[in-house]
Amino acid sequence: MLIYIAKRVLVALPTLLIVSILVFSLQKLLPGDPVLALAGEERDPATLELLREKYHLNEPFVMQYLRWFGGVLTGDFGVSLRTGQPVLELIAQKLPVTIQLALMSMGFALLIGIPAGIIAAVRKGTAIDWLANIVALSGLSIPNFWLGIMLILFVSVKLGWLPASGYESPFVDPLRSLQTMIMPAFVLGSGLAATLMRHTRSAMLGVLSADYIRTARAKGLDGREVVMVHALRNALLPVVTLTALLFGELLAGAVLTEQIFTIPGFGKLIVDAVFNRDYAVVQGVVLCTAVGFLVMNLVADVLYVLLNPRMRSAL
Amino acid sequence: MIRTSLLSAAALCALLSAPGLASELRIGLQDDADILDPHQSRTFVGRIVYTGLCDKLVDLDKDVNIVPQLATDWTTSEDGLKLVMNLRDGVVFHDGTAFDAAAVVYNINRAMTLPESRRKSELASVSGIEATGPLQVTFTLKAPDSSLLAQLSDRAGMMLSPAAAEAAGADFGQNPVCSGPFRFVERIQQDRIVLEKFADYYDADQIKIDRVTYLPIPDTTVRLANLRSGELDMIECVAASDVAGVREDEALNSQESVGLGYMAIYANVRNGDRANTPVGQDARVRQAFSLAIDREALNQVVFEGTARAGNQPFAPTSPWFNQNIPVPARDVEAAKALLAEAGLERVAVEVQHANNPVVTQMMQVIQAMTAEAGFDVTLKATEFATLLSEQTAGNFQLSRSDWSGRPDPDGNLHQFVTCEGGINDPKYCNPEVDQLLNEARATSDNAARKAKYDAAGEILNRDLPIIYLGHQTYVFAMDKGVEGFEAYPDGMIRLKGVTDAD
Repeated sequence: MLIYIAKRVLVALPTLLIVSILVFSLQKLLPGDPVLALAGEERDPATLELLREKYHLNEPFVMQYLRWFGGVLTGDFGVSLRTGQPVLELIAQKLPVTIQLALMSMGFALLIGIPAGIIAAVRKGTAIDWLANIVALSGLSIPNFWLGIMLILFVSVKLGWLPASGYESPFVDPLRSLQTMIMPAFVLGSGLAATLMRHTRSAMLGVLSADYIRTARAKGLDGREVVMVHALRNALLPVVTLTALLFGELLAGAVLTEQIFTIPGFGKLIVDAVFNRDYAVVQGVVLCTAVGFLVMNLVADVLYVLLNPRMRSAL
Repeated sequence: MIRTSLLSAAALCALLSAPGLASELRIGLQDDADILDPHQSRTFVGRIVYTGLCDKLVDLDKDVNIVPQLATDWTTSEDGLKLVMNLRDGVVFHDGTAFDAAAVVYNINRAMTLPESRRKSELASVSGIEATGPLQVTFTLKAPDSSLLAQLSDRAGMMLSPAAAEAAGADFGQNPVCSGPFRFVERIQQDRIVLEKFADYYDADQIKIDRVTYLPIPDTTVRLANLRSGELDMIECVAASDVAGVREDEALNSQESVGLGYMAIYANVRNGDRANTPVGQDARVRQAFSLAIDREALNQVVFEGTARAGNQPFAPTSPWFNQNIPVPARDVEAAKALLAEAGLERVAVEVQHANNPVVTQMMQVIQAMTAEAGFDVTLKATEFATLLSEQTAGNFQLSRSDWSGRPDPDGNLHQFVTCEGGINDPKYCNPEVDQLLNEARATSDNAARKAKYDAAGEILNRDLPIIYLGHQTYVFAMDKGVEGFEAYPDGMIRLKGVTDAD
């Protein structure tokens, strides 16, 4: 298993390199001069020149990339053009926020999606199945930003139950942290819950009609046991892969959700950085996201093997 | 009996001033501030934070007059080449070091020489500064500059602790130390900036708030929702579409002030190949474009009447507004006649603008209005960073952008329309205008200055390198518990005398 993981990590390294080159070049293709964005209203030519010099923006593209890449190898991701804060510090500050949001959203999605999927499959064709499908379809069709704003207006302004936006670290004030995160996590998780429900349902339906399930039933096993132990275990295989891939979607969804609820996380960091042409921050964030993706895929593959013993021979 | 009530009143006062009842003001801002070093920073919201954090040599009053802050009084020499300032006694920085003439000299030199400083052009007229007493400094100028005091009423005049600035260098912004009514506590980027009351502030009695937290919440709906739900005590930059709702809301108060800036369309008259269009080469075409616009309708439709229609860099409420050039009414026939005079029937023109909903709506209305006069306007929406670089590079025919405004008229005109102006993106050049604006800068007599600006304004109104559309209003909303706040034309949030009941 360890050798398998090591192999996968080795394969991941060139991927990261390609990602970093790609992002670096794409950024340079963006119109808009970072120095002008940085200078704002006061566009004194001497200052512009100095800023270009200071951040090496007047050097050839390859030099700029190598300079950045060399820094990354030594653990220096550069500083934010906008605030002068080290990029690594910013990432360390923002990443936990988004991870918390992603985990809570995933929690919501799993808690709602998988049971709903199982029930819909077991009670296929009944009113419950229809209801679950309708809810799932709504979850998929309602845009995040609309649901977010509606929840803010209803839950925060009208009822006054939860704060409308903002963030608090769970280590500083766990209760407030939970309060600020419930709505965003729900908004972000609702779409995923729907996807999970649909997939769990179809996977369960496939498994429930399999021969071994019929055998288990014929042997007189309890219906609940057949579903939860025999069927679910196999039906979950594709769902696990999906969950890992959905984590990627979560990060993308977090960009929008963090904007709506003003959560100072990764998504907000990258959006602001792109608008301000804060190259170093964009680079750092994208690289971290890519690493996150690769790790999640690796975790999914490992879980897959653990859930399905037959896969072990493939190692 | 009297004694009992006196005693209970005393007890109540003691209770109210107990630390447990410390008042905190939570303010929602439209954006996150950039680096918190007044000499390096550039954002509008950054200036709002400095209003609590860093005192300046001079300040503005509600009528945009220069009033004392850290400097108590000042005199300009006869030839306009020396500015002598006497400084306030007994002021200390947040780190406990004393504010004196040496500190002012250090700060002005830092603003002029720090490589990263954005204040160099604002202090370009200063050739040197020296301490001429323990609490007196003398600026020596290269040429008379009547806008210098206005510059010193903003970031160029903010005083940082020399000890802290010396130790931190260009990283001062990570932990700013100034002498304002509030000191820096912490900042979490994109989340909050926290300040607390500075007990040794020279005017501490006037500061009734113990803690201020600035929270950047860019979405206007969410910002207002936070105010309504009680998460915030005050917000700035209320969207025009929300103003009516705020006025009607019994739990909220609002304050407004017409800003110092303007909204305008810049015409590329000489900046590269893209200036070679009828709208770039013929002033009559620009005049026609301007005449086709109903500025008051724009204000009503796009800003729900909260902005001001305008046709000059100064709002009609400003003392610098030229009364001889009133805001023109829409005149489609006159516009058509001007086009005919220029030998044109229909004119195709591309206007670039920022891709936010308000500006987009505004441009769509203008597109429809000018179409009736004979303009086929193509709108090109780009995000702001791109707009800025396209405008600088001359890659535009017409470009719609805003200026946040400066207290002195010079700051709203000189750099935009003089031949060598730093932000003259149209590359307009008229020696007559240059001469008038340079003379106005060198004159300290306001009546004489006004005459020069009026004369320049008349030429600019004919040549129209910049088509002014109007002036935005700063709208603040706060819950009823917040009292004593007044909106100023510079859009800053001054916290002296402000109280918060909850």
